[in-house]
Amino acid sequence: MAAVSPLLLSLVEEFVSGLQDSKAKEAAKGVKDGQFTMLQLVEALGVSLTSSQPHTRARGVQLLSEVLQENYAELTEREVEVLTAFYENRLKDHYVVTPSVLRGLQELTKCTTLPPGSAVSMLRSVFQDVHVQSLMLAERACIYNMLINLMETREAELKGLGADFVFGFVQSMDGERDPRNLLLAFQIAKNIVLQGYNLGKFTEELFEVTSCYYPIDFTPPPNDPHGITKEELILGLRAVLTGTPKFAEFLLPLLIEKLDSDVQSAKLDSLQTLAACMSQYESKDLAEFLEGLWASLRREVFQTSSEKMESAALAALAALTSCLSRSVLSSDSEDTLSTFLDLILRDCKHHLSEPDLKLVWPSAKLLQASCSASNRASYVITAAIMPSLIKQFNSRTQCSHRRTLLEVVQRFIQSVNTSQSSDIDESVFSEYRAALCSMVFSALSESNSSLQITAASVLNSLAQQTGLLLDSDIQLAVDHLTRLLLAEEDERVSSAVVDCAGALAEQHPAAFITKLIPRLKEELFSDTESFELRYHPAVHRRCLAALAAVSIQPSVVQESSPVLLDVLSSAHSGSTRFSVDEVVLACRSLQRIAEQVKDTEEAGQCFHDVIIPRLLSLALQAALQNEGPSGPCSPLTKEEVLSAMVPVISTACSRLQPTLAGQTVLRVVSLFLDGDVSFLPDNAFPSHIQLLKQQQGMKASWSQSQLVCLLMACVCSLPRNVEVPQMERLLSQLEELSCSCSHLLSYSSAAKCFAGLINKRPQGESLDSSIQRTMQRVCSELDCPSSPVRTQVFTLMIWVAKALLLRYHPLFSILTDKLFSLLGDPDLGPMAAASFSLLMSDTEDILNRRCHANMRIMYRQRFFSENSAKLVQGFNAAPQEKKPNYLKALSNIITKLPKQVQVSELPALLSLLLEALTCPDQGVQLSTLSCLEPVLLNPPPVLIQQLEALISRLLALVCSPAMKIRITSIRCIHALSQFPVHEVLPFRARVLRALAQPLDDRKRLVRREAVQARGEWFLLGSPVGR
Amino acid sequence: MSGGVQLENANPVIFQRSVERLLTASEEDEDVHDPIDDREIFDLIRSINDPEHPLSLEELNVLEQVRVKVNDAESTVSVEFTPTIPHCSMATLIGLSIKVKLLRSLPDRFKIDVRITPGTHASEDAVNKQLADKERVAAALENSSLLEVVNQCLSTRRI
Repeated sequence: MAAVSPLLLSLVEEFVSGLQDSKAKEAAKGVKDGQFTMLQLVEALGVSLTSSQPHTRARGVQLLSEVLQENYAELTEREVEVLTAFYENRLKDHYVVTPSVLRGLQELTKCTTLPPGSAVSMLRSVFQDVHVQSLMLAERACIYNMLINLMETREAELKGLGADFVFGFVQSMDGERDPRNLLLAFQIAKNIVLQGYNLGKFTEELFEVTSCYYPIDFTPPPNDPHGITKEELILGLRAVLTGTPKFAEFLLPLLIEKLDSDVQSAKLDSLQTLAACMSQYESKDLAEFLEGLWASLRREVFQTSSEKMESAALAALAALTSCLSRSVLSSDSEDTLSTFLDLILRDCKHHLSEPDLKLVWPSAKLLQASCSASNRASYVITAAIMPSLIKQFNSRTQCSHRRTLLEVVQRFIQSVNTSQSSDIDESVFSEYRAALCSMVFSALSESNSSLQITAASVLNSLAQQTGLLLDSDIQLAVDHLTRLLLAEEDERVSSAVVDCAGALAEQHPAAFITKLIPRLKEELFSDTESFELRYHPAVHRRCLAALAAVSIQPSVVQESSPVLLDVLSSAHSGSTRFSVDEVVLACRSLQRIAEQVKDTEEAGQCFHDVIIPRLLSLALQAALQNEGPSGPCSPLTKEEVLSAMVPVISTACSRLQPTLAGQTVLRVVSLFLDGDVSFLPDNAFPSHIQLLKQQQGMKASWSQSQLVCLLMACVCSLPRNVEVPQMERLLSQLEELSCSCSHLLSYSSAAKCFAGLINKRPQGESLDSSIQRTMQRVCSELDCPSSPVRTQVFTLMIWVAKALLLRYHPLFSILTDKLFSLLGDPDLGPMAAASFSLLMSDTEDILNRRCHANMRIMYRQRFFSENSAKLVQGFNAAPQEKKPNYLKALSNIITKLPKQVQVSELPALLSLLLEALTCPDQGVQLSTLSCLEPVLLNPPPVLIQQLEALISRLLALVCSPAMKIRITSIRCIHALSQFPVHEVLPFRARVLRALAQPLDDRKRLVRREAVQARGEWFLLGSPVGR
Repeated sequence: MSGGVQLENANPVIFQRSVERLLTASEEDEDVHDPIDDREIFDLIRSINDPEHPLSLEELNVLEQVRVKVNDAESTVSVEFTPTIPHCSMATLIGLSIKVKLLRSLPDRFKIDVRITPGTHASEDAVNKQLADKERVAAALENSSLLEVVNQCLSTRRI
């Protein structure tokens, strides 16, 4: 036997007699490093383990267990066997020793080398010698962890124990009260039922010992360090109770009992548990409880107290029905599904024939829930329901009744939609196809608008049923839709019709190409002579919207887009009088098409070959014509039209396939740089067009220079792998244009285009040098107060700043410093304050995700954290008359920050914001209020400390001369009523008194807010309010 | 709602809610004075919850806009409500809820008159008398359990 090293002996001595806990760590490290072996440690411990003092023995075992904790992985099988035998034996020792013994055993259960049979013997001794519930919390947890470890690795051995294992576990957990241990116990119980341990005659015992916690009612103590939630416990217990059909006979009566109780949370939990157990159960488990379950579920829907409860009940019913549908029928048993469905139909069907009474909807929802559960159920239910619904619809005369019936029918169609799997080709509704179609068409022909709207959405649902509608039905449907589009005045009807047409066209494009589009085209370009008589702007508007809505399939786009382009070109040539608004709408329709068209080669080709060149050609023609000596100004030179064309081109370019995008950008850039017009249709342009150069002395040169916005739309939205040709030349001409032109759209578009290119340019020397060059120019112009182009240069700077901020470019900080210094500038100060909103928000046309911009996540937070201190500093240093600029800048930044950041950063800024509320500038007041309002919905603690200051400032604003400030401040006060009751209750009387005045405000909108806020404050402190 | 209790009228007729009031340009104009009109009063009370059903008084047709009258200049409001059945035991409670809602939502200057639509309830006179008696209304609101039920009717439904 090897000699025990003196070091080890002293460690043991100091731990056991010297009570120095740190020595255990050293001993463990020694074993780990191989300084001494486990055997040597046991030998060194010899004296303490055999001492006559229980406390000495306990210390000895404790040291051994703690060393094991670090070293269990290296033990050999033989060592484990010896140690297990030792520990099992020690369980019979004095009670002060037991905790350390259990800890040691827990470590041993983690050993992979645990010899066969040890697991069983270990558990036998634990169950025999230890009374678990008289142990302390941590020791109980030890036992649960042992069980969990062993169940993971020694499943077969434990199953060999038979029902004794379950009995042992039931005894150990019986009476457990700590939520932490309960989570462990539930996990063990779940494993027992799910992994098929033999429950033997202890099924009911296991159910009893777990179900006694049902329903879980647990509120974690405040500042709970363990973070156990009620939700975790509920899910843990639910997994046990619903884990096996063997519990059915016990669980179902329990659930029915809880459902009949008055406690809302217990009801909800029961419904969810009921739905959960259906995945395990079979019909034989359910048979005897069906009546009771149905009665409870029906009551929850018929007399529901909240939508949450109702939807939980419906989900449970659907789960129940699908469980019944799953079971295989044997010849001698009755069909439980049909018995159950008969039950439902008996109680619900007759309510469907009273469409104006309350119970029609609850009944319909119950039927639909069971209908959605399985194919078989949907056949039974529809066969029982549909004929009577159809018959009633045809016999009733009141529109409101017919509409309710139609809505019920629609819900049935939708409920079947969700359940049907794709391998069933025949729809449940095939039998009723003709009747349903005639219902829809007759409703579409009615004059009642809400009936028409419902009919349109029923048609939509029918079309979603694959293979249900015949071609002839579609043809008829398109006729009806076309008629309504052209004739119906009601906005809501026409938008429903447009939506329906869109959905139908996705499934059945052919009918729309042959019928609808030619008819709409005819209407748009109808005879101009009878113009005054026939002209209906609303009809044109609807035609344009419908053309966009139906264009989802590329084949439809090829037909519909030329019509829209014809609208633009005839507006340009002046042959038909389309108003500017209609031209804008046509562009919007093109944009919508670009957004929604299916992403195919065919669609890309259509945009590349037809739409983009024609748009550019029309815009260029209009610009050139405008410069000519005479003629009316073409609507296509109008700013709103161009701004509407921009998203068409940018959306199209952002979705083009890379090769097509490369070709498009090549053409567009050469058009703008070199005047290459060869790819444009209707080519009658003069040579030497120079779109990016300022032409001095020419009339209306802005009409050409503003076309730069179309260049921006194209080059700034390309996918990042597409290279823009002639980059350097392009950038320098854009910079020149943006710094020298005086036309707003031209210089701002040039600045944006420049920024968009900078944003996507690869990192490197050339990028840095071009930024630096531009910045030099910008700074020198800005520093010269008399410069005529300061606004232009400022615009360029802001856009470049935005482009760099998004990609975290290091040069960005120089621009921010410049921006901060401008807040004190007498001319540009307000503009600089407003520009922070641009920096922090997503822009519509460029520099966004859709345009594939180089955007890093959380750029807003980064900007805020880097600059908020500077802003506060600047505010404190600024003279009184400049302070509003800083406050405005600050509220512009905070409003755009994500909610979590706002809440976490608010403490530092709160005093500044409160100061802003007293600032006389109304713009500052309003932006501060709108920035506070969202924060108040989920108040951080620091706000609650400042409640007094906040409330008195807000109450001062409810009588402000500006209506918007009155409204927003009252909204903020409304939000305060949701604060913790004990914090706001002291202010109740004061707020109620102050809100009496706006009740008599001269503006209705203010009164409305005041009524709502005052109502909530009245409810404060009453148990139903909150 | 508890399991066994049967409602007095379990399956009432449901009426459609009226659409939200449309915002007009003059309402957004700072300089125009908007007088308090019938629709505004109706909007104040139409969403009051029924004490029994999860439905509003408007959906049960207890309140209709034609039975709501206001005179802004003379500061008077009169509301008539129609119980769903002639023996409805909730009539007083519904009337009280309407009255309280109006008291909380209108300026002090208004005289508020809430009564049952003539000929629609068995004990119409008694209920009207109760509702018109200021002191009895005040006394009822001192009763904390009654106030709680009223507040329940007036709380915005949380789902």
